[in-house]
Amino acid sequence: MVGKNCFAIASDRRLGVQLQTIATDFQRVFKIHDKLYIGLSGLATDAQTLYQRLVFRHKLYQLREERDMKPETFASLVSAMLYERRFGPYFCQPVIAGLGENDEPFICTMDCIGAKELAKDFVVSGTSSESLYGACESMYKPNMEPEELFETVSQALMASVDRDCLAGWGGHVFIVTPTEVQERVVKGRMD
Amino acid sequence: MGDSQYSFSLTTFSPSGKLVQIEHALTAVGSGQTSLGIKAANGVVIATEKKLPSILVDETSVQKIQALTPNIGVVYSGMGPDFRVLVRKSRKQAQQYFRLYKEHIPVTQLVRETAAVMQEFTQSGGVRPFGVSLLIAGYDDNGPQLYQVDPSGSYFSWKASAMGKNVSNAKTFLEKRYTEDMELDDAIHTAILTLKEGYEGQISSNNIEIGIIRPDREFKVLSPSEIKDFLEEVE
Repeated sequence: MVGKNCFAIASDRRLGVQLQTIATDFQRVFKIHDKLYIGLSGLATDAQTLYQRLVFRHKLYQLREERDMKPETFASLVSAMLYERRFGPYFCQPVIAGLGENDEPFICTMDCIGAKELAKDFVVSGTSSESLYGACESMYKPNMEPEELFETVSQALMASVDRDCLAGWGGHVFIVTPTEVQERVVKGRMD
Repeated sequence: MGDSQYSFSLTTFSPSGKLVQIEHALTAVGSGQTSLGIKAANGVVIATEKKLPSILVDETSVQKIQALTPNIGVVYSGMGPDFRVLVRKSRKQAQQYFRLYKEHIPVTQLVRETAAVMQEFTQSGGVRPFGVSLLIAGYDDNGPQLYQVDPSGSYFSWKASAMGKNVSNAKTFLEKRYTEDMELDDAIHTAILTLKEGYEGQISSNNIEIGIIRPDREFKVLSPSEIKDFLEEVE
């Protein structure tokens, strides 16, 4: 979700196989560089492998070009990598959030074969995505400061995942501003 | 590259530690028509002689200066056909970068990849090094840039450089005339004067080619009438 010169990216913490819960502290939001984060929902193994491959590509890019990747460039890279596997895809829907030129917030999501969807306000993915769309739509306001953004994102996330039996066990929220990153764990219904 | 009978490289070390094929390639470059480039404070200019073998050749069909991307251009000294192959490969690499990142390739990256291609041909089976040196001029987020790439695959960033027949005189002339804060129009005049120094015969708007890139980041090859205007300013 986009705020004023900042963005928030959040996920739930459950890792499960249908009805069985395997872990309650699973990390789904990953850092690419200080101003770029990617959240990967879907099949956990694909999320981890895709993350490792993206970090690999980004590190090489940093070495060659001596700079960090811009969020828009990174989104194009993720889209190209997903489409390379068009007929045997990674079962992941990424959510990409970053601060671009002049610390302008950038967010986008895509489906598992790389169809990019840019947005100015919020993007969602995962099993509770329909719920999340509703919650974000009603709670979102433009130009929120980091503190208010944190409240809004946490409320929207908790409201949606608490009603979803396959998601939950709390939330992990990152608020990223040009100067710092705040990482907070939110407690929700622990079931 | 190369067919199965030549899986060994034709470019091999001599006892003194030199790659003789590359030395010969540099000689081929050194006997090619003079070309030069100057990096100004607000742009880059590249220029070359365009001496055609006969007056019957249609000079409008010959284009020695080519664009690799909308904001990067290149000129050469040496063998024309080798140049065409490199231009084709570089353009493809630039487009592949764009397809992946949806961002135009930075000049340094394109130079690096072109140089890597040239180096490949000094170490692969059954092929010979390219008989061209390139001057690549571009304008990107790091400002105006000028790079020279040699047949060996080594590349250097230059403030001003020349290649080909008249290289030592041209470089001396450039050393005297170059200033750090030169404007692009001054650089174009200096380029024309440098070409004039070594030119056998009368220089005119039909027997030189000039390519420029301004802060608008669009590489363009000047038309004969535009060259004529600059020539008149120089006279």
